Amino acid sequence: MSDVYIVGIGIHPFGRTDARSGLQQGAYAARAALTDAGLEWSDMQFGFGGSDASGNADTIVNEMGLTGLPFINVKNGCATGGSALIGAWQAIASGQNDVGIALGFDKHPRGAFNAMPAEYSLPDWYGEMGMMVTTQFFAMKLQRYMAAHGITSQALGRVAEKAFDNAVHAPHAWRRSAVDLDIILNSQMISDPLTKYMFCSPAEGGVALILASEKKARELGRDKVRIKAAVIRTRPPGSFEVFAPSIDVVRGSAPTLLASAAAYEMAGIGPEDIDVAQLQDTESGAEIMHMAENGFCTDGEQEEWLAEGWSRIDGKLPVNTDGGCLACGEPIGASGLRQVYENATQLLGRGAGRQVPGEPKTAYSHVYGAPGISGVTILER
Amino acid sequence: MTKEQAISSQVPIAEGLFTGDPDPRLIGGRDMVSGRIVFPCPSDDTRFEPVELPRAGTLWSWTIQRFRPKSPPYIGPEAFEPFAIGYVELPDAVIVEGPLTGVAFDAIRIGMEMRTVLQPLATDVNGRTIVTYAFAPVNRGAAHE
Repeated sequence: MSDVYIVGIGIHPFGRTDARSGLQQGAYAARAALTDAGLEWSDMQFGFGGSDASGNADTIVNEMGLTGLPFINVKNGCATGGSALIGAWQAIASGQNDVGIALGFDKHPRGAFNAMPAEYSLPDWYGEMGMMVTTQFFAMKLQRYMAAHGITSQALGRVAEKAFDNAVHAPHAWRRSAVDLDIILNSQMISDPLTKYMFCSPAEGGVALILASEKKARELGRDKVRIKAAVIRTRPPGSFEVFAPSIDVVRGSAPTLLASAAAYEMAGIGPEDIDVAQLQDTESGAEIMHMAENGFCTDGEQEEWLAEGWSRIDGKLPVNTDGGCLACGEPIGASGLRQVYENATQLLGRGAGRQVPGEPKTAYSHVYGAPGISGVTILER
Repeated sequence: MTKEQAISSQVPIAEGLFTGDPDPRLIGGRDMVSGRIVFPCPSDDTRFEPVELPRAGTLWSWTIQRFRPKSPPYIGPEAFEPFAIGYVELPDAVIVEGPLTGVAFDAIRIGMEMRTVLQPLATDVNGRTIVTYAFAPVNRGAAHE
């Protein structure tokens, strides 16, 4: 397998854009990525893309041009963007193509995601009783984790505080003003121990990445950001996942642990080598738990990390430098690629007010979602 | 209303989910090859056999549902009151998710003893009460009633 480079990145601002459909936001991102790469849509040899709630991504040819390119629709929950990236990466690493596009977009209604039991092979009574609610799972996974490892509400608040602080400097973020820690801690309780400001909201947005072979990247003069690993894993036995009427008494591993280990092995590096990370932060406790699941600290150390500011932009491992899902919202199909967009931005030194100091060389991204799926990518400059 | 009429006017939220009062137990499924127990019992009877689960266990985790879940699929009362929900570890069997009842929100603790009870959830189109399972704290003083 040969090396694959990210030669162009584009994003449509996250949040609410009433005037544009999800697909149009995807096309906006695609145009931005092509401009960034110095390429035309007609140069694209293939595309992979998806959305969760905004229709088939291949209809983007109506917006971008009827060039006849092969375009594969991806629908893989929160890992949709990551899956599109893996498809595009393999299409080039295999030697079959030189350049192509991976994209993701979405546009969700306001309020919590409205999941139906049958979509997850669950009986109707599970939803009728009021348990088909993602926020319950996040709260209960976190509640047990906090009790076992001494994590406080203060730490949860600090994650959200950092997200909004970082997003002030991210033009694509949705919530771009700082929020005081006391306001975060004392805002409306949604699902104990998580308050309103500690949860991300369903949102809208689009992201596109242009990938190229080493030869093509050199030709374009854009051979800086290389994909070192791109991995997706589903849940192992004994894991604890969204929408689980029961879980095993004998506890097991987790999809993030599998994806993370596989990505480090593929990249030939370890967590100590990572300079910046984007970790799934559906709520602030998720970022805390994912810091440990991805190998950046041990269980319980997050309390000190957050108190000392070690995951802030100027800390020893900046996490969610654009404010993550907490500040950007979550358009499911676009979220995973936003993380890769942000990592490429950091490796290219384009982060401006949120730029990680010291010219970061390695960047890690991680998504997690129902029904127990995780995707990890590692980029290197 | 006679006792028979009162009973016949109740309907479980699903068949095969739990046994009736006065000693309600959840019905899980045992994987006939691996011995692993899951809840609810899957419909594949070539692989899973139904098994009554221990009535009591310990609270594994919990939260409070503070906004009304979307309908569909939720069928609880329109006049929403926040409710507690949790996972209860039924010893040597399985950890089951369900509503918590009979406990103040600020008294909920991981590890507290809980047992399976039945409670009304809603009324169906025929006016019958839809009954579902929940977990309530074990009241030591009332155990010998």
